[in-house]
Amino acid sequence: MISKNNQTLLNVQNLHANTQDTEILKGINLTVNHGEIHAIMGLNGSGKSTFAKVLAGHPDYIVTQGNIQFEQQDLLALPPEERAQAGVFLAFQYPIEIPGVANSQFLRLAYNTVQSKRGNDELDPLEFDDFVREKMKLLEMNPDFLDRSVNEGFSGGEKKRNEILQMALLEPKLGILDETDSGLDIDALKIVAKGVNHLRNEQNAIILITHYQRLLDHIVPDYVHVMEAGRIIKTGGKELALELEKHGYDWLHNDQQKNAGVSV
Amino acid sequence: MSAVLQNLVNQPYKHGFVTEIESEIAPKGLNEETIRLISEKKNEPEWLLDFRLKAYQKWLTMSEPNWQNVHYSKIDFQSISYYAAPKPKKKLASMDEVDPELLRTFEKLGVPMHERAALAGVAVDVVFDSVSVATTYKEKLAEVGIIFCSISEAVQKHPELVKQYLGTVVPVGDNFFAALNSAVFTDGSFCYIPKGVKCPMDLSTYFRINTEGSGQFERTLVIAEEGASVSYLEGCTAPQFDTNQLHAAVVELIAMDNADIKYSTVQNWYAGDENGIGGIYNFVTKRGLAKGVNSRISWTQVETGSAITWKYPSCILRGDNSVGEFYSVALTNNLQQADTGTKMIHIGKNTRSTIISKGISAGKSNSSYRGLVRITPNAQNARNFSQCDSMLVGDQCGAHTFPYIQVHNNSAKVEHEASTSKIGEDQLFYFAQRGIDSEEAVSMIVNGFCKEVFQQLPMEFAVEATKLLSFKLEGSVG
Repeated sequence: MISKNNQTLLNVQNLHANTQDTEILKGINLTVNHGEIHAIMGLNGSGKSTFAKVLAGHPDYIVTQGNIQFEQQDLLALPPEERAQAGVFLAFQYPIEIPGVANSQFLRLAYNTVQSKRGNDELDPLEFDDFVREKMKLLEMNPDFLDRSVNEGFSGGEKKRNEILQMALLEPKLGILDETDSGLDIDALKIVAKGVNHLRNEQNAIILITHYQRLLDHIVPDYVHVMEAGRIIKTGGKELALELEKHGYDWLHNDQQKNAGVSV
Repeated sequence: MSAVLQNLVNQPYKHGFVTEIESEIAPKGLNEETIRLISEKKNEPEWLLDFRLKAYQKWLTMSEPNWQNVHYSKIDFQSISYYAAPKPKKKLASMDEVDPELLRTFEKLGVPMHERAALAGVAVDVVFDSVSVATTYKEKLAEVGIIFCSISEAVQKHPELVKQYLGTVVPVGDNFFAALNSAVFTDGSFCYIPKGVKCPMDLSTYFRINTEGSGQFERTLVIAEEGASVSYLEGCTAPQFDTNQLHAAVVELIAMDNADIKYSTVQNWYAGDENGIGGIYNFVTKRGLAKGVNSRISWTQVETGSAITWKYPSCILRGDNSVGEFYSVALTNNLQQADTGTKMIHIGKNTRSTIISKGISAGKSNSSYRGLVRITPNAQNARNFSQCDSMLVGDQCGAHTFPYIQVHNNSAKVEHEASTSKIGEDQLFYFAQRGIDSEEAVSMIVNGFCKEVFQQLPMEFAVEATKLLSFKLEGSVG
């Protein structure tokens, strides 16, 4: 990779979180610097999606211990909308349908809200229309997306593209992609990956949550973390994902046993 | 229900205040004496007194309906005062002479009368506690032969028209509350559009209940002669009281050949507090007769107030090719109850009707859609489309749909669609993750849900309705 801006964007320390009195996250530590791409892998139920939701401030999860520093801010002190305004973006694993609300209207409100909080000018409907159509080309989206209700009746692939479109509009500092690759055919995956690669730069960072190596062929991570039972149990470079693909997660346990006594 | 949603939907009533204007109030109770008193106060002709007494006799034989999906303690009709009039200080010739206290009331309601009338080109017939205070633009309307005045004035100046049409769409014995209204109605609006005249502006009436304990019994009559058309707006709001107030209005519309009547309502009466104390009982009978060929009657309503709403604006499609429409948004919150819908009675050939109903329930409220589509044996090629959508905000409210479909002609085509959805935490979180707070999110979702109905409202009303819904559901944070 080209040279990194080493200033820390996100610093997660000893993060514990509950939902309905069950502890899901049991002490996560993670540092993400500007310009980096981190992949988080792991089996179902290991806490990957929960971690993403806790970063975004989902009300179903209660943080019981630890802290999250986002640039100079205490992220846990902010309500979800202020986290989004500050530059945290979550591409949902299952994007929510909002019947009756036109996509164009929703996107414009989101864009203008975030822009005004960041001290930038808002766009009127016509200016926004030009702006969003330009962004849609990047993701090879049909313009009639704008007139449809938010995610309503969208195919799985359309929903995921709509998520990346929102990321392109909101220009977050931290993009968290929660299994954006699931349910995508290979062509759609390439388009989404192209979009994400286009959006990355030295000022932002991306966390990819995925089960599969194939996404990482298209969006190459700087670090790969493996989660299990609410913790990150192993961290490595992009080659770690290839190893996992080859040997499965059990291999990691064998590997761990070999290194018994070494704390991770 | 989450704290966020709870906060959003619990919003104190903004229009809760009492204007101090001296009122002249009839003694409580209902008997022939009361009716004679009302008729005498209003200097009515004999036939109208007979109309009232006939209705009263009919009412005595009827019992209060109990089939609707609402619950309330029994109304004591003898504890209601049936007449209240602001004491007239002098004859009013222009708006400038209207009681400044009254004008301030309208200011508080956000209805700047002069501006509104002048800028929007709306003629406003102000009804204040059952008596019309001032009528504007009347002369301008008179130029094209339109009569727009209080029904009391119409009784004095155009008795032949009132006598010809009053009670022809809603007969005195139609139902318990219509009979009561026919017996004791004190005022309301009268509108007559002569043959071939397209009313040049929207006609608008603001109703307001002001005297504690006095029921309001409005009577409205709109007649569109052959080829005439009119758009009529009715907006309502009332101050905050602890005792329930009964409102039993009757509205009759009559459309002749090729005539077109569009009747729009925004209703925001006091709904009671979050414990269900106080609030208006809104038991209304509204019915339009599409009498002539190619006539059209269109009802649009946005119902957000009242403790209990019981109303079914209906269309009798008698003329061949006549059209009936019903567009409704009913929003209930806290302990409000609404049982509302429509009746489309197809009698003429090639008659068409459309029903679009949107119910939004929040808090612990209950909202029901109840609609009848009846195709009578002679109604060849009748066509109906109904769509009833319900939206739930939180998990303690209820939404119900009671469609009644009676088809007696094989050529009819009747469609009914229904859906129920819910504003969930996940939707609000999705908005929040895009930087949008929950107030704006709820407002956007609800207004999106109601879009098809709002599109039917005249422009300034649509803006008002959009604001009203947002206001009823949000804003209490902090």
